[in-house]
Amino acid sequence: MFKAIIIGSGPAGLTAAITCAENGLDVLVIDEYMSAGGRLLGQLYEQPDGSWWNGLRESKNLYTTAISLGVKFHFNTSVNNIEKRNNRWVVYTEKGTFYTENLLLATGAAESPVPVPGWTLPGVMSVGAAQVMTNVHRVKPGKRGVIIGVNVLSSVIAMELHLAGVEIACLTLPKMNSIANKEGNPSQVLDSLLHVSHMATSPLIRYGSKLLKNDFIKNLGIHFYPKKGFKMWNTPIQLRKAVIEIYGKDEVEGVVVAAIKANGEVVPGSEERIQADFVCIAGGLYPLVELAALAGCPFFLVEELGGHVPLHSEKMETPLEGLFVAGNITGIEGAKVAAAQGRTAGLAMAIHSGIKGLDTEIRHSMDMVKQTRESADIQFHPEIEVGRKRILREWEISQTSKQNHEALMG
Amino acid sequence: MTERIIDHPILGKMEDVNHVTFSFNNRVYKGLENESLAAALLANGIRTLRYQEESGSPRGIYCNIGHCYECRVTVNGQPGIRACITPLKEGMTVESSGQLKIKEKEV
Repeated sequence: MFKAIIIGSGPAGLTAAITCAENGLDVLVIDEYMSAGGRLLGQLYEQPDGSWWNGLRESKNLYTTAISLGVKFHFNTSVNNIEKRNNRWVVYTEKGTFYTENLLLATGAAESPVPVPGWTLPGVMSVGAAQVMTNVHRVKPGKRGVIIGVNVLSSVIAMELHLAGVEIACLTLPKMNSIANKEGNPSQVLDSLLHVSHMATSPLIRYGSKLLKNDFIKNLGIHFYPKKGFKMWNTPIQLRKAVIEIYGKDEVEGVVVAAIKANGEVVPGSEERIQADFVCIAGGLYPLVELAALAGCPFFLVEELGGHVPLHSEKMETPLEGLFVAGNITGIEGAKVAAAQGRTAGLAMAIHSGIKGLDTEIRHSMDMVKQTRESADIQFHPEIEVGRKRILREWEISQTSKQNHEALMG
Repeated sequence: MTERIIDHPILGKMEDVNHVTFSFNNRVYKGLENESLAAALLANGIRTLRYQEESGSPRGIYCNIGHCYECRVTVNGQPGIRACITPLKEGMTVESSGQLKIKEKEV
């Protein structure tokens, strides 16, 4: 029996663990990865003030702090199921069953796949996979790669690969189809790209972002976009070409690209081959929510948050007593926001377990989440605030109907 | 063949590495202790980790963080182990699974 169990040792889970431990709770953190940090491990980018955000170092610091506060960790441990029994949460793992009254789901996000013909060939991987190979394991994903999907995540990782001496032949779009619809549409892609503009070394992106604020100008922009593409961190970005096939006998040997019109349609006869020994697919991130679904948490589809998210309050509570959520399971945002949410969740868990006098602190922590969001270096969705407000409104509605129900039954 | 990033302009030099020996499909390789099996294999130029059970087509890592199960291999006789989240240990025996013999489909 632990006072608190946290599933996921990314920035949200680790910060929550530290916060719980600081308030006297004994904490167990479970993660199926080999070490602490989650997606934070691979992060590496230059911040607007010129300093480097080094996810590996941040992870190590959080982990060391947690260990010094007595937090217990089970790595290489997958959680198979969670359920509530006799007012306790039961966590079933491949290394035994654990019990708690305060369970936090900080499972993070997964990458949406974008199927392209040939995508099962060895050498094709998610863009996050290339990031982990390069920055965490320090093994080059290959000599020369092509990145399919131009978005916030893939442009940052292209820069990281460039930094590690891996050549990226180009970033380009997938061909539009029923699945890859948004990722294949140049004007929507441009919209999302504007949110890494401060990091871009290409004047087109940097100054372009100011000009391209409204939809009309953005559509003009895509029509007049250079056919040859442009460069960001020395990597060519092609918004007028799309990968229509990945080829290779037993492993990746290259991709076939074709010119596309502004609406995403392929120009016949424009196909050409680009040689590469690896291909990254970047379809964007979505919240990893299976455990919340197993627990029976209500869900809402909020596109601005990246998909289906479990209903939760600003204090990171779910409608199920003793079950909390923090980090990307609540919506796709950067590591700093996840950590701020983790702190709020940790305080909410401490309060739930009976610790008094934390009201001011949790209010301050909720403010910090908002402040961190407003000053975020990387924004995954331009309308993140809209998404956050939507889920909080749903929470209020559910609370009001619960009170009405209780009054009626009372 | 890919290579290790020994010296990184921001992350610096790789520290505290301990070499170990392991086998993959009966051939012996060297890797770094506690790195992921997938990383150790890729550093040795190995991308193909298994062959799809039905079609026999080659497969390698996809997500590299344990979600997709594309990298499953047999480790010390235990099948279905995800190479991307399994730390490499001295003497590990790793094998890729292959196409299963399926009876002719009944017409």
